[in-house]
Amino acid sequence: MTDEMTPQSPEQTGGAAADVEMSQYVAGRSRVNEDKIRQDDEIISQFGEYEYGWHDSDAAGEAAKKGIDENVVRAISADKGEPEWMLDIRLKGYQAFLDKPMPDWGVDLSGFNADDFKYYVKPIDKQAATWEDLPDDIRNTYDRLGIPEAEKKRLVSGVAAQYESEVIYNSIQQELKDQGVIFVDTDTAVREYPDLVRKYFGTVVPPDDNKFGALNTAAWSGGSFIYVPKGVHVDIPLQAYFRINTPNMGQFERTLIIADEGSYVHYVEGCTAPIYSTDSLHAAIVEIIVEKHARVRYTTVQNWSNNVYNLVTQRAYVREGGTMEWVDGNIGSKATMKYPACILAEPYAKAETMSLGFAGKGQYQDTGAKMIHLAPHTSSTIVAKSISRGGGRSAYRGLVKIVKGAEGSSNSTVCDALLVDDYSRSDTYPHVDVREDDVSMAHEATVSKVSEDQLFYLMSRGLNEDEAMGMIVRGFVEPISRELPMEYALELNRLVELQMEGSVG
Amino acid sequence: MSTLEIKDLYASVETKDGRKQILKGVNLTVNSGETHAIMGPNGSGKSTLAYTLAGHPKYEVESGQVLLDGEDLLTMTPDERAKAGLFLAMQYPVEVPGVSMTNFLRTAKTEIDGQAPAIRTWTKELTEAMKRLKMDPKFATRSVNEGFSGGEKKRAEVLQLELLKPKFAVLDETDSGLDVDALRIVSEGVNRARENTGLGILMVTHYTRILKYIKPDIVHVFADGHFVKTGGPELADELEESGYDQFLPEGADSESALA
Repeated sequence: MTDEMTPQSPEQTGGAAADVEMSQYVAGRSRVNEDKIRQDDEIISQFGEYEYGWHDSDAAGEAAKKGIDENVVRAISADKGEPEWMLDIRLKGYQAFLDKPMPDWGVDLSGFNADDFKYYVKPIDKQAATWEDLPDDIRNTYDRLGIPEAEKKRLVSGVAAQYESEVIYNSIQQELKDQGVIFVDTDTAVREYPDLVRKYFGTVVPPDDNKFGALNTAAWSGGSFIYVPKGVHVDIPLQAYFRINTPNMGQFERTLIIADEGSYVHYVEGCTAPIYSTDSLHAAIVEIIVEKHARVRYTTVQNWSNNVYNLVTQRAYVREGGTMEWVDGNIGSKATMKYPACILAEPYAKAETMSLGFAGKGQYQDTGAKMIHLAPHTSSTIVAKSISRGGGRSAYRGLVKIVKGAEGSSNSTVCDALLVDDYSRSDTYPHVDVREDDVSMAHEATVSKVSEDQLFYLMSRGLNEDEAMGMIVRGFVEPISRELPMEYALELNRLVELQMEGSVG
Repeated sequence: MSTLEIKDLYASVETKDGRKQILKGVNLTVNSGETHAIMGPNGSGKSTLAYTLAGHPKYEVESGQVLLDGEDLLTMTPDERAKAGLFLAMQYPVEVPGVSMTNFLRTAKTEIDGQAPAIRTWTKELTEAMKRLKMDPKFATRSVNEGFSGGEKKRAEVLQLELLKPKFAVLDETDSGLDVDALRIVSEGVNRARENTGLGILMVTHYTRILKYIKPDIVHVFADGHFVKTGGPELADELEESGYDQFLPEGADSESALA
């Protein structure tokens, strides 16, 4: 297997014209995709239903034990050589996890048992500095996901690829360093930038925020840490690719992004997980601080296999004139609970959430957004789209809160649900709490079915039924996919098509 | 030279009062280059005939044949009928949000031709066809039929007719909802397609005014699910004078039929 996969090292392309580079990238990328599709087809034929369902040899994972207690938390912290203050935060999180009841709303968590999961697995002893340093099987995994190509072509300015609990590969372009941008895994950040981490860690999502946030705080490992200095615009998206490889492996990455005054950064997160017969857990926390007049966009395209509990807390704190944008594509998983939140803390802060949930057979996507308006003239927009098929269930659950004194604030919420067949389900649970008179609120919700007339129209123009269905669904997704970087838009379309396979008949 | 033959076609539709037979023995032969006007009162089954030919799942064929150069269209799915050379310009084209007209048109052209059109000639062809139909270039980037005015929808249908180059086109009330200028532009498009490709046309209409722009070779009167009279262009003038009353069953109210 290793012979087939030629590792590619990052390549500096220098000052070539950006558009030429882009067109070369596009040309190269389409070839890569074809190769990838072929590889994936082989993999599918080996592993059945799930596209990324291979897994590598698993020496490290076998050794880790299941379940969590105070000793496990202390061991994680000690193993990482963390300072006392971080251990204290972890222990606070662990206590909160014990104290908090299971959520009795949203997805069905009755089958969830915290002792079924492994909380810490260390795949290799030290962090790899270059691609070639990685063990073969891990490198193969990333090669299949297409990371080296992306890195080589410099479309992404830094790649942090997370493999199980450790970020094992991390590179950053020279110009970012020159700009003073910090982009490291969060473990490294604790060691190298302790003051910054200590100042912000847990300030947006406190240790006792919610049960699974608390679990993350106790057991977190990896994730990305980004600091963008005042006035710095990071022109190309930073991206990380996360993978869960060990069966029953809890994935608790912890991402912390600080965009200082007037800065801009776009962070892209993509996830694929292999399939296993027993359930896996993903409980991440993303904390973002948007300082005055800064802008952050956080894009997620997730494709978990359908045995993963995906319980994620994402929250941004937005100061005066700042802008936060969440773009969120949730495909796959057994059950997802995810409500990207923005706290609009100071005047003229703005926020937007654009999300897509795709619930297939046996899946429940409970997603939405929270917008908390604490200051005057703050504005927020929520666009939530969902697709349900094969008996899948999707729900929009949203909170819009405007406190007394936040005059001149506005929110607009649009929820569109698409049902592909007669036995899938979509629900909308909007919660609106407005304590100020001088505000503007708009809420619009639609549920539509792929209609016989739409299918007939496209078929009468020569498209067969599958293609017609695919075109309708892609059209429905388009308002989200156009917000994504091109490679992710292609990936999202492909994932949606994969999910749609066999829907006609 | 192609031939479309409809032989003794019976079809029905499910209504809330049960299954209702709409087409009751339709017979018609159309050759390439011929334009047939199918006229009749509302509710006579004209549109049902159009949709049944194209294969809309709502209509169930009970018996009969529709042969395109000897191949029975009725055994084919709608996309197979389109590939065989049949095109239906709809009275109410359907909106497909998020799918751009360019993407839709290129996909349709690729499916109909069995291969993707050469990008350069295709772009030129599309731009020129749109220009002739007096369509704003921005139109190409809009979603299929979404937010189109009635006139824009009809132009988009005729644009597809010109680009997809079918052997036979069924135009279902293409004149309805058009003002005089739009009617002229749309009619010119149909005439261009006729001249350029020599296709056969079945023009379903309630009113005679479109026949001033698109000259039919043969005019049929359709009433109560089948053809009741066939003649030359002069038959249309006759209908203009006397209306459809003479073709309606005893006791039927022409007011309600025309409503």
